[in-house]
Amino acid sequence: MSDVVEKTLTALPSLLSLDPQPGSAKLSSTSKLGNLIRAITELTSKHEEEKLIQCELVSLKEQISSPNTSMRQMKELMVRAIYCEMLGYEASFSYIHAIKLAQQGTVLEKRVGYLAVSLFLNESHELLLLLVNTVLKDLQSTNLIEVCMALTVVSQIFPKDMIPAILPLVEEKLNHPKEIIRRKAVLALYKFYLIAPNQVQHIHNKFRKALCDRDPGVMTASLHIYLQMIQENPEGYKDLTASFVTILKQVVGGKLPMDFNYHSVPAPWLQIQLLRILSLLGKNDQSTSETMYEVLDESIRRAEMNHNITYAILYECVKCIYTIHPKSELLEKAAKCIGNFVMSPKINLKYLGLKALTYVVQQDPKLALQHQMTIIECLDHPDLIIKRETLELLFRITNGQNVTVIVEKMLEFLRMSKDDYTTIDLVGKVAELAEKYPFEYYNALCFLFSVGGDMMQPDIPNSFLKLLSEGFDSVEEDRKLRLFAVDSYVSLLQGEPGKLPQCFLQVISWVLGEYSYLSGDLEPARVLQLLARVLDMKQTSSETKSWVLVAMTKLCESGADVSVAQEVSETFSSSMDTVLRQKAHELQQLSQHSDLRARVLPRGSGSEPLEVDSSLSFLDGFVSEALAAGAAPYKPPHQRQEELAQAKALSLEPYGLSLPINMSSCSNADRQSPTLLSISSGLSGDSTDVLHRGGSTTLKLDGVKRLWGREGYLVPRENVDEAAQIEVPSPLQSPSRQGVADSSHTQASTPTQAPEPEQEKKQLASSLFVGLSSQSSLCLMGKSEPTPQRFRRKAKGHSSSLGAIVQISNSLVSHPTDVDSLLCNNQLGSNITSEQTSELPEGLTNANGTCDGEAKLNDRDTKVQKLSHTGKDGFAAAAPIPYEDPNRNEVFSISSHLPAELSGLSCSEITPLCSNQNLDLSACHVQKDDSVVQVVFITNFSDTSVQQMLLDIHSDQLEVSCASDSRLKDVRSHSVAVCQYFLSVKRPSAHVETVGMVSYQLTDGMRQEVQFSYKLPLTSFIRPLTVSTEEYGTMWLTFSNDTKQNLTLVSDAQEPLAATLNVLKKKLQLHIVEIIDMEGIVACQLLQDQPCLMHCRVHAGKLAVWLRSPVPDLPDCLIYHCQRALQEH
Amino acid sequence: MIKAILIFNNHGKPRLIRFYQYFAEDMQQQIIRETFHLVSKRDDNVCNFLEGGSLIGGSDYKLIYRHYATLYFVFCVDSSESELGILDLIQVFVETLDKCFENVCELDLIFHMDKVHYILQEVVMGGMVLETNMNEIVAQVEVQNRMEKSEGGLSAAPARAVSAVKNMNLPEIPRNINIGDINIKVPSLSPF
Repeated sequence: MSDVVEKTLTALPSLLSLDPQPGSAKLSSTSKLGNLIRAITELTSKHEEEKLIQCELVSLKEQISSPNTSMRQMKELMVRAIYCEMLGYEASFSYIHAIKLAQQGTVLEKRVGYLAVSLFLNESHELLLLLVNTVLKDLQSTNLIEVCMALTVVSQIFPKDMIPAILPLVEEKLNHPKEIIRRKAVLALYKFYLIAPNQVQHIHNKFRKALCDRDPGVMTASLHIYLQMIQENPEGYKDLTASFVTILKQVVGGKLPMDFNYHSVPAPWLQIQLLRILSLLGKNDQSTSETMYEVLDESIRRAEMNHNITYAILYECVKCIYTIHPKSELLEKAAKCIGNFVMSPKINLKYLGLKALTYVVQQDPKLALQHQMTIIECLDHPDLIIKRETLELLFRITNGQNVTVIVEKMLEFLRMSKDDYTTIDLVGKVAELAEKYPFEYYNALCFLFSVGGDMMQPDIPNSFLKLLSEGFDSVEEDRKLRLFAVDSYVSLLQGEPGKLPQCFLQVISWVLGEYSYLSGDLEPARVLQLLARVLDMKQTSSETKSWVLVAMTKLCESGADVSVAQEVSETFSSSMDTVLRQKAHELQQLSQHSDLRARVLPRGSGSEPLEVDSSLSFLDGFVSEALAAGAAPYKPPHQRQEELAQAKALSLEPYGLSLPINMSSCSNADRQSPTLLSISSGLSGDSTDVLHRGGSTTLKLDGVKRLWGREGYLVPRENVDEAAQIEVPSPLQSPSRQGVADSSHTQASTPTQAPEPEQEKKQLASSLFVGLSSQSSLCLMGKSEPTPQRFRRKAKGHSSSLGAIVQISNSLVSHPTDVDSLLCNNQLGSNITSEQTSELPEGLTNANGTCDGEAKLNDRDTKVQKLSHTGKDGFAAAAPIPYEDPNRNEVFSISSHLPAELSGLSCSEITPLCSNQNLDLSACHVQKDDSVVQVVFITNFSDTSVQQMLLDIHSDQLEVSCASDSRLKDVRSHSVAVCQYFLSVKRPSAHVETVGMVSYQLTDGMRQEVQFSYKLPLTSFIRPLTVSTEEYGTMWLTFSNDTKQNLTLVSDAQEPLAATLNVLKKKLQLHIVEIIDMEGIVACQLLQDQPCLMHCRVHAGKLAVWLRSPVPDLPDCLIYHCQRALQEH
Repeated sequence: MIKAILIFNNHGKPRLIRFYQYFAEDMQQQIIRETFHLVSKRDDNVCNFLEGGSLIGGSDYKLIYRHYATLYFVFCVDSSESELGILDLIQVFVETLDKCFENVCELDLIFHMDKVHYILQEVVMGGMVLETNMNEIVAQVEVQNRMEKSEGGLSAAPARAVSAVKNMNLPEIPRNINIGDINIKVPSLSPF
């Protein structure tokens, strides 16, 4: 320490005496920065600092903007500005000067300028545009330092849309003779890849070249890119495995120059990177894994030195070994390594050991057994991070037998934890466990509510109530649980309710309101009193109060109760809070009229689904009468707003304007010429006008139905797939891995005698690790499990009620097109779900989106497209393999039957259609440039061949023509027949369907039939339409069918319009004709020349979209898909 | 990806702040404060990793830090970085600083903030680890320093000389220097 003091002492006088001193810490104490820093350190309060910095900023501003300031002085001023910014004071006036410095200064001044720019500005700052030219100039400079600076700044702050300007130059730098430049260029390109992968698609070959660069540094840099790309698509880079293995072999073997060594370990960071890549490549792939066993073994063997960095390598090795296809020898070694980590006295290693164990325990739960004592010790470790990691590990090995102990441990931790993040995380975990093991569950949750309190995610109490009301499998158990809940809550309220968190109070009041009748000896009056006490408490929030009031409404029955209720309702009927006032009035009314109460709030109805007529059909008569009497039809709010906006200002929209919006298919005759209407937009925006102009009643009614159809009808799509997709089977363990650890460890670790505290730990251990040794009771929760669904619930009549709603609304609509119903469904999807679950009062909503199944499908589409795209680029052509398909092998083999002329085109996932005792049918569709082909695969898996098979496909919405001869003579046993059909659209609809039938004869002469249907989205038929702005203008005026809609913008981008349109372009294959300021025009066509034009305008934070097409219904379908695409985004 | 690199002293005074992901100014200050709060209450005998905190990227976010005398060096990284790897990268960075400043102390960081930034730029570029080899980093920094010296003397020199310097190419960096043996010297960082 004396060193330190000495140094400070020598440094200080030099500062104070303003004496320039030579040496390393040559502080330019005469400088203004020196003065500033000195002044700041002398200050005592934050307030003084603020004052000083403000003064400093004023003087800085003055000097910076003075024209006499030389570049050299500017450099110094800039450093001061950086210093102020670091302390958190904005110096925005200096930003432009920083850019100027980078532009005009000499190399050194430039350096400061660039540094300031990269510290001051962010990707979306508008001043960044001014930097482009400077960067371009410097990239071309002959001075290496300038090039380096430019590359650095580019990788630091350049946004997506500025990349194209500099991309060619950066690309060029990959061939630069100096390795440092090549290395920086590679990293800059990696950054581009991260923010705009499409823009660097074409240079994948150059990445390969970088990987083979003669300089190891450049190669190392390129691994960043490969790690990323392989993560996204491991299949595409399998061919590189051998190269990576070779590189790693050379590195491990010490073939690199000595100066790559770090503490005599050869290029450790490089090794780490390579090991990560290998683990990605070898995952679920035996043959690839086999190629890397040797080098992994070598790595483990070499990494024996006792230094941090070797442990880093070992850790990666272990992870890799457990990720790739298992090999027992290596697993043994890896397990030993993990042991070393866990047992290590070094705390960092212990942490990593626990992490590794958490990772590994999913495949090899017995490993945890070996280290059970260490784990128990870690539970009591003073370091909270270690403790948490241990709990995470325990969470993974929870099973039916040890869940109580583990949950207890977690709750113990929760009680101590003060960190919000940890609490939320752990509360979620306990809730998840509670869901898996419902019987341990109740107490834990009760406790959770009081501990986790208002910090936990709101869905936990909600789903708890849902579960309680829906019940488990046995009625008796339900009753018991509910009774228990009521009893414990009553005693809680009798205690100190003031200490309970709000959300717990809400849960309590709901449960008491709903179930307190179950407890025979509990007087409702007593409960009412308790609840009234809650109301009187100061800290009760008004939300909780309304819960309490509702509970009281359910409870008050007899005369005695009524008095309490009256009192309460009087207090609250004058409340400032309107919700409370409402509830108070309800309470007052219902407490007096018990018949009414029984009808409105029937007892125990919590779990029965309410029938909700979401279409408000009972109002239909009223509406049509009102319309007949001349009332204006309903307009949705967004339309009203739009019209309001249009009425206020002169519209400056291009292309004439402005037709009645909402009529999706008004005929040409109804329309007035756009030129006539172009200015009187206020008038023309009103669709009522058109209705009246039309005159006849039929038209009016038509309009009525359209409008109500659009906003009012909720037609839940019957998604059959949905249920199947929710319950995703957890990944199966590979039996070979399980078999590795031998059960003798259990016995080995049970000692004969132990001192007392030891004994306690042993006991704890035995209760924690119980059940791990027997494989049958094993229950693992893998990290990979997709979105764990909290709180299982039984499917209860939902589907039937759903169906009912569909039927009702269908019968009401006279001729609804498919599109309309889908559209409604989509817009109001969230409402549907909330209404279905409205069986629980107070808006306990179920967050299951109805659109999941569909969304996933599309997602897959794009993924497959991506795959085949990389195939085109000359990389190993990847067969389109569906993701996460359980029947992967089978589908894979089917996909190999895809006709050769179709391979390489964008192909959908192969979906199974149907099967019977002989045949298995599946299909996919392929998008060609000029057509869509449906391919049907007929697999004969029986032992007899099938004869005289006939395949017939037709569709209401599509024109189907057979590509090959449809009459298939026969299909031999265990072979696959493939038929292709060209599809074209007759009548657009958001989703189109083909219906088909296969008939065939078996050897015994019996004729059999199989029917199937295949659904595909309209987007498969959409292609970009390349037109110029002028052409677009003329086309726009000639099209008659239009639709307007407001869409949500992609909000996280800096240019929302461009970003949104790009999303649409990418997902729907639209062609962006032009973007001018806040408006954009887009064109596309349905196959066979059926164009559709789209005009978009950013308006009040929304994207107002207007579509026109000569084809009826096409705009509506397209807007549906646009919404879909944006939702998914 | 490295999301941010923060250096502050035992009192939470920032000495170097570098964000690789955009955060608004006040958010940055909040991150610094909270990070300091989290890190400063940990003893020296606990692990150097901290998880959690909702500020940067939620659960996929980790703090890896080292404490030297009066300074904390904190790297905020996502899960794609190796914990021990980053821990040693901090060591490399500090050793490099030590070489460049000849016994680095907190004062050096304060008064030569810009230089520290330049050194850091050679280690981490745009959130990605660029170079882990200390000799290489030092060599790059020295090249720049040399330029600084010559430019300093050149301010009045004829234009011919200026252009000569501008066209100067980096010399081939010798690659045969061995770092020698291991004992990591913790640089003495004196308080201010």
